[in-house]
Amino acid sequence: MKFVKYLFITSLCLLTLAPQPARAEEGKVDVAGIVFGHIEDAYGWHITDIGGKPVRIPLPVIVKSTTGWHVFSSARLEDGAEYEGLHIAQEGPYAKKIVERNAAGEEVRPLDISITKNVLALFINSALLVAIMLGCARWYKRHEVEKEAPKGGVGMMEATVLYIYEDVVKSCVGAQYRRYAPYLLTAFFFILLNNLMGLIPFFPGGANITGNIAITVVLALFTFVLTNVTGSKEYWKDIFWPNVPTWLKAPVPLMPLIEFIGVFTKPFTLAMRLFANLMAGHAGILSIICIIFITAQLGAGICSSMSLIAVIFGIFLNALEVLVAFIQAYVFTLLSAIFIGIAHPQTETIENK
Amino acid sequence: MGLLTPDSGLLFWMVVCFGVVFFILAKYAFPVIINAVDKRKKYIDSSLEAARQANEQLQQAKTEVESLLAEARRQQTAILKEAAATRDQIIADARNRAREEARKALDETRHQIAAEKESAINDIRRQVAVLSVEVAEKILRKELSTDKEQLDFVNRMIAEVESSNNRIG
Repeated sequence: MKFVKYLFITSLCLLTLAPQPARAEEGKVDVAGIVFGHIEDAYGWHITDIGGKPVRIPLPVIVKSTTGWHVFSSARLEDGAEYEGLHIAQEGPYAKKIVERNAAGEEVRPLDISITKNVLALFINSALLVAIMLGCARWYKRHEVEKEAPKGGVGMMEATVLYIYEDVVKSCVGAQYRRYAPYLLTAFFFILLNNLMGLIPFFPGGANITGNIAITVVLALFTFVLTNVTGSKEYWKDIFWPNVPTWLKAPVPLMPLIEFIGVFTKPFTLAMRLFANLMAGHAGILSIICIIFITAQLGAGICSSMSLIAVIFGIFLNALEVLVAFIQAYVFTLLSAIFIGIAHPQTETIENK
Repeated sequence: MGLLTPDSGLLFWMVVCFGVVFFILAKYAFPVIINAVDKRKKYIDSSLEAARQANEQLQQAKTEVESLLAEARRQQTAILKEAAATRDQIIADARNRAREEARKALDETRHQIAAEKESAINDIRRQVAVLSVEVAEKILRKELSTDKEQLDFVNRMIAEVESSNNRIG
């Protein structure tokens, strides 16, 4: 049954991509354009092309330029059109972003908080996550917890919540695990849901949210702030006066320097790991599927045999990405929990045991 | 490279989205689920504890019952033994008394019989004496009706006495 589902998903993936080569240069498949077009953010949500015409969901553009606030539909900026002094740059450092021209005629970036494809997907996924979780919470309010345990979807969510709560939060954070459990659980389910939604190849999924550096940076910053703001005195002492031979920390503060850099590299690795894994996953699947269209020009025989291989690889990569979606959410949560645990090196942990 | 520069708009919206999601979930979802599960876990633990205690009490009650039964059985045996002893005692007593009574009655009867016998013998003796005297009188009267007979008789008597004396001498 699952196999059939994957076949279905993969074929849908093919469907969404199929018309795209038509937009590319005559006789040449723009693989980079397709792949980056998918994994990068966009002002409109391109769903498919029908008869050479792109079907896009126009999204609101919200920009504060030198002339004030501008709010309009992204449909007005399609195909390089200019509207209210704003247009989408075709190349340069701000390629595919909304820019305006300053007095010298250079392209400059205004303050841009447009509801882009990723933002809309973020809204949808957030709403979905809140709905799922509140739905689960409602079950507990409507049932006697002492008389029955949830089954089905709520049971699955409970098992997952408990798995993270018991295995990750409780064992890594230490004595104050209850305080940090909501954040870590939120991070886990937020990442997991966005990862999985990204694997669905059609609207409302398919947006490469967790494979976007801005998203992972924010998540990592949350962990960074939480770790360092609530960090205990011992944690800061360990950073600036670690328990190493004195010549390693004075007069040249070698270890303190390394420790201090470590404070920033920890969240940095969190952000980069999640971003790179998910982005690479999306790029991988799309590249494999693009093989079909590249070989389409080489004749029916090669195309059909390569299509078969591409579909098989596509299924394999999709399955792998489902695994990666979970693993990356888990790893992010686990490392966040460990960092928070490091920030609270307390004897309480021992006392509590 | 475009991929590696976080877009400010997306950063802003991500902070908003994640913040709101975090706020809602941390307030209304996860504590509810975790508390409910904790509550259920506590309930299960307490149920297990209660079951264990009940089992313990049952075990205790069982041993109590067993000890009571053993005690009862012991008492029963003791009572039975005592009863048997008492019964034997009573029977023995009764037998002794009966024997005594019987012996007494027998003795009395024997005495009575002896007395009766004696009196009867005495009576007979007396009567025999009377009778023999009367018979002797009658015989004598008949035999000694003549003088000759009287003389013969005297002679015979003397001879008898003599012979008896000779036999003795």
